Amino acid sequence: MAFIDYYQTLGVPKNASEKDIKNAYRKQARKYHPDLNPNDAEANKKFQQLNEANEVLSDPEKRKKYDKYGENWQHGEEYEKYSRQQQGRQAEYTGGQASSFGGFGSEDFSDFFQSMFGQAGGSTRGGRQTKFRGQDFNAELRLQLKEVAETHKQTLTVNGKNIRITIPAGIENGQTIKITGHGGPGVNGGPAGDLFITFLVEDDSRFKRNGSDLYANVKLDLYTAVLGGEVTVDTLSGKVKIKVKPETQNGTRVKLKGKGMPVYKKENEFGDLYVTYDIQVPVNMTEKQKQLFKELAGRS
Amino acid sequence: MNQNDMENLIAAADICTYHEVELTFISLLNEAGLLELRVVNESAYVPESELYRLEKMIRMHHELEINIAGIEAITHLLERVEQLQEELRILRNRIAV
Repeated sequence: MAFIDYYQTLGVPKNASEKDIKNAYRKQARKYHPDLNPNDAEANKKFQQLNEANEVLSDPEKRKKYDKYGENWQHGEEYEKYSRQQQGRQAEYTGGQASSFGGFGSEDFSDFFQSMFGQAGGSTRGGRQTKFRGQDFNAELRLQLKEVAETHKQTLTVNGKNIRITIPAGIENGQTIKITGHGGPGVNGGPAGDLFITFLVEDDSRFKRNGSDLYANVKLDLYTAVLGGEVTVDTLSGKVKIKVKPETQNGTRVKLKGKGMPVYKKENEFGDLYVTYDIQVPVNMTEKQKQLFKELAGRS
Repeated sequence: MNQNDMENLIAAADICTYHEVELTFISLLNEAGLLELRVVNESAYVPESELYRLEKMIRMHHELEINIAGIEAITHLLERVEQLQEELRILRNRIAV
């Protein structure tokens, strides 16, 4: 656990006035506030650090204790006890794990803060306490393409709590959904934050996806390509047989209507599957086969 | 207005009490086109779908001391950022195909 220089966090000198601290906090908070930086984990982290620094430096008692013990925070409690004995009077500040600060949970504060000011870090200042909305949580959920083909439920564990969510069919790679009120708890009676879940949908080895359409390459032997026939193609809902026209060219693309992904939040609407033929030239041919090809080429 | 519509509306006065803001603040947001308000029997209501946006603007006002004009500018810029992020996501997915 390292010492945190709260003055440096807010960018103010050690002799900064209350007004300077308030102004510095407002200025930085406007830059890093989660509402102004949605889905930016770095900004959220920075805002948390600013809040912590402000919590300490804007409270005269906490600031005094912080200034007094500063980098010797580990010995703060022993020092304070010794100081009380020496002076024969009550110490000026509450502190340590048995802190009497009431108000809000401080699980978002650093270990350093909790060591110095206790688990509960609420302000002891009088007057109206500012309500802070809880921190937004961001989570990522990896899904296989086939898992996205149907609406299903999944249970996630976020910060030790189980949350059961419905994942709508057709959700896109990189799409984020918001679960209201499942973020961090609010401060001083403020509302809880939200949980943002970003879905990372992995491509299936058989398909590439673009929106609700799927793309696949299918190997086609030369004879079927020349003479026509049938080929079996994988789709998300199983294998299907499709007819191949005679004299099909390499790279020909055919569309299987409605065999793509379900369209997000549109029931019974599906994208298409585009199949591109990759014609395979025969290898390891017999002499007879080669002879027949020569005849076809008019070289015999 | 039927019962179902009523269930999705929250009295603006209740929101003001909860968040400790003046009703004029909500009216000004409405006038600036940042918030949709409904009036039922001469009382102002906020549709539930607007609540998230409204609370965000209240936070900007309370926690960051941003005035209505600032909130208006920020809201438009954030919408633009969101739109660009969405376009970026679609283009990235397209490149991956």
